[in-house]
Amino acid sequence: MHGRPRKAPKPEEAAASAVKAANLRSLQAQFLHNHHNKTYTKEALDVSAKLLEINPEVYTAWNYRRLAVEHNLSQSESDPDSVKSILSEELRVVESALRQNFKSYGAWHHRKWVLTKGHSSIDQELRLLDKFQKADSRNFHAWNYRRFIAALMNKSDEEELKYTTDMINSNFSNYSAWHNRSILLSHLLGKRVQGFFPKEKVLTEEYELVHQALFTDPDDQSGWFYHIWLLDQTIKSDAPFLISSWPAHGFDLIVSVDKSPDGRASSPFTSFHSDTGTFPLILYFSQAVEGVNSSTITVESMLNSTNDLIWRPLSTNNSGTAQAWATNLNFPNVKLHSLETYPVKVSLGHSQGITSSSGFHYSHPSQFAFTVCVRPPNSEHGERQGVENILWRDENFHIYGTHFQESIPVVSFDQLSIKEDPEPTASNWHVQTIANEIALFRELLSEIDCKIGKLTLARLLMAHDTMMLYNSPNAYKVVHSEEVLELYRGLMKLDPSHSRYYKDEHSLVLFLQVTSSRESLLKHCCHYRDSTSTNIGGHICLRLNNLSLSRIGSVEQLLWVQMLDLSHNELQSIEGLEAMQLLSCLNLSNNKLSSCTALEPLRRLKSLKVLDISYNEIGAHSIDTTRYLCSSPLSHTFGGDWSFDDIVIDDVKVRNYWEAFVIFSGLNLTQLEVVGNAITDEKFKSFLVKVMPTLKWLDSEELH
Amino acid sequence: MGELEAEKHVQYILSVEKKKDDFESVVMEHLRMNGAYWGLATLDILGKLEIVDPDEVVSWIMTCQHECGGFGGNIGHDPHILYTLSAVQILALFDRLNVLDIEKVSKYVSGLQNEDGSFSGDMWGEVDTRFSYIAICCLSLLHRLDKINVEKAVNYIVSCKNLDGGFGCTPGGESHAGQIFCCVGALAITGSLHHIDKDLLGWWLCERQVKSGGLNGRPEKLPDVCYSWWVLSSLIMIDRVHWIDKEKLVKFILDCQDKEKGGISDRPDDAVDVFHTYFGVAGLSLLEYPGLKAIDPAYALPVDVVNRIFFGR
Repeated sequence: MHGRPRKAPKPEEAAASAVKAANLRSLQAQFLHNHHNKTYTKEALDVSAKLLEINPEVYTAWNYRRLAVEHNLSQSESDPDSVKSILSEELRVVESALRQNFKSYGAWHHRKWVLTKGHSSIDQELRLLDKFQKADSRNFHAWNYRRFIAALMNKSDEEELKYTTDMINSNFSNYSAWHNRSILLSHLLGKRVQGFFPKEKVLTEEYELVHQALFTDPDDQSGWFYHIWLLDQTIKSDAPFLISSWPAHGFDLIVSVDKSPDGRASSPFTSFHSDTGTFPLILYFSQAVEGVNSSTITVESMLNSTNDLIWRPLSTNNSGTAQAWATNLNFPNVKLHSLETYPVKVSLGHSQGITSSSGFHYSHPSQFAFTVCVRPPNSEHGERQGVENILWRDENFHIYGTHFQESIPVVSFDQLSIKEDPEPTASNWHVQTIANEIALFRELLSEIDCKIGKLTLARLLMAHDTMMLYNSPNAYKVVHSEEVLELYRGLMKLDPSHSRYYKDEHSLVLFLQVTSSRESLLKHCCHYRDSTSTNIGGHICLRLNNLSLSRIGSVEQLLWVQMLDLSHNELQSIEGLEAMQLLSCLNLSNNKLSSCTALEPLRRLKSLKVLDISYNEIGAHSIDTTRYLCSSPLSHTFGGDWSFDDIVIDDVKVRNYWEAFVIFSGLNLTQLEVVGNAITDEKFKSFLVKVMPTLKWLDSEELH
Repeated sequence: MGELEAEKHVQYILSVEKKKDDFESVVMEHLRMNGAYWGLATLDILGKLEIVDPDEVVSWIMTCQHECGGFGGNIGHDPHILYTLSAVQILALFDRLNVLDIEKVSKYVSGLQNEDGSFSGDMWGEVDTRFSYIAICCLSLLHRLDKINVEKAVNYIVSCKNLDGGFGCTPGGESHAGQIFCCVGALAITGSLHHIDKDLLGWWLCERQVKSGGLNGRPEKLPDVCYSWWVLSSLIMIDRVHWIDKEKLVKFILDCQDKEKGGISDRPDDAVDVFHTYFGVAGLSLLEYPGLKAIDPAYALPVDVVNRIFFGR
């Protein structure tokens, strides 16, 4: 029982309880008898009223009263007095039931039902609400009822907003009032009601209001979420825009069908190999969008007929919306030794159709261009012996010389010529507001070391950096990342219960820092060269190992990566990798991946050949935290009528390994390491071999 | 830190079933179907379901069914979607869904969908996202999700999403952990979790953990064992459960046990009840407490029961 002390009742209490119980039981029996016999006399109604006044949760009794009201109203339709007295009696019963339990869903609903019969007045209802909202200002039933009454009686949003101001002024520690304020204010802002436009003026006043709450008691959460909402309103851009692509604008791509680049003709950063004779074209937007297709995206080139390109959303769900989208373009069909370059021009936003999930259109017509050149097949390396086995040993990785000037295709936002601020006068306000907030929170922290101060400052600084990145990319440097990292480290100590939240945020900032410049990225780039291999060209590997990363970020800057080493981190999720369409070799060993379903993003990586997930925690946990973020019959996102019982592979029922089946049956791996996971045994390995016929190496053993 | 008094909780649940004459038992009579689900699910998580006679339970359940297909909270009480789900869940626990006229039950549930995609709890028209979850969960367990307009149902739930990332009872309603469980669960079952801002909601949910280690259901409220279920299951479905301190929460739940007579209460030293006993034990299962059966965060049934329904036996 909520809030009732645990103690053995004294004998006299037990006796009193028994009397009460007998009384209640008798009322209940009488009431059910009347209900089943459709007895709606005054006496019968009194029994149900008494019952509900003691126990308002007996829902059947409210149903009975509604039947009785309908019955009795039909008997007295012509007599307004008796209609009034029937309905007044209902309002009275509700009120005394609410006095017994003001959280009774049944009682509140009954009152709504009575009101739809056209009785009572706004004043009467507001008086009742005042009483209950004063007694408990957080009673969400009362607040819900208040919204119902306001709508029913056409009370204006401005008036109701005033009510929340009064509630907040009398006690700012009222999350319910802040919540209702956010609802009302978004209506008023959305409709551009007079006095609530321009948005900037209104938001500035709201900041002042919430500062009072935050600075009076920084540990009180009531204003926290309102402040983060204001922040979001300040920095977010409604319309989606393009933030990066692969190939990037101005990029000179060299493609080949054979695997051994000779290392002389081109930088490994700009060359792409594929057996299938196609390469991906990836678009990365500022938010998830739908409607990316051959009519909203124009691709002009002489490569192939590009009218009917199939665009696929790179997301781990089946929603048809995604932040990243990809299609495949064919290699130029050219004769040997031709080094002609083929221009490709991509345009978008010229017709409506690309839409964010909140319904905003991509509205900045923009285009970018790159060239493609085919490197002819190299006959010297024509006959390869089997499939290469990648060995992720340190000695196979060589620091990549910084002398490659053309080097990494980090995206410059200016190159895309996509950012035209639709409200140029407003942009100053955004920057100024964030700067003010930063100053205020620095001041707060100089007085008191509080978690919300640190966290908000970290968020503000990141918001500031992101805004500057979009506004003036040329002048941009990540100016605050060191300070933000320090703030998150401080938060881990200050608030250890939520340390892994701060760690995840810390990882995102680290990713931003690493990817923010060519120089910092190059520090993490290595040449992979296996000393035993004849393959002298090798790969460029982005090595982000041993960085205590717990989640992945800044993927839009990493679309070019073909070989990625994320080993020896603390990754529990690899969400984001699904956009990295060029990935062919991926090392996730020695992380904290705890289930096969956590590998869902890999299902979108059609080029992935080599995967190392050794020494993780797959199979070690009874609770799977990605069970519902993975396609499966549980969420109706995997095929139609999958009968897993019908699939038996080598005496292993697929049902026992359904997660592994869902993930691995969609991959085309040639090499896989799974050793060091709880799930891994001979049975599991033989299952994997059957599910992936392309597999050539499993846990360092060549398969035959 | 103490240990889970599993055996005492089993005894407590059996005693609640027998005790019918004190005031608290009479007050709970109208929702006996829910009580049975809480008690029996707890027994199953504790690995002790076999001490109950399934035939007795099943025949009582079936006497609570009405002509329309819906179930009441007890014999003689009106049908409501709340008790219909509990009835289906109990039958699933015992692997006895075959006693149901599945078309009839799913017709009752799907008939409660409104034009805007929302669901009423019964013929009297109370609308709440709790009922959206119940309908979706129930129909999915019966393999009859195709009987409703899932797209509209999802859109209605999304219309109840708030600026803090959480969900309320109806559009505009304040976020509440119990309501969030219902909405996240319904979105999980319909493969629609992409409508959730996982980081925003995850932060709101992980901030429900207070100094004692317990979880509250809304900002600036007291912790309560039942939120161990509502908050934890939601955090698990969006893969953010690592954002709270699991050990401290385990300790809080264990501190709420009545170590003498069994049962778990909302807060330490309060009176125990079967509702909090279930949510405490289910919470510990979600925290991977040793010796407990794993529970599925969306269907609120043991994982082996859910897998049996969706992947065959």
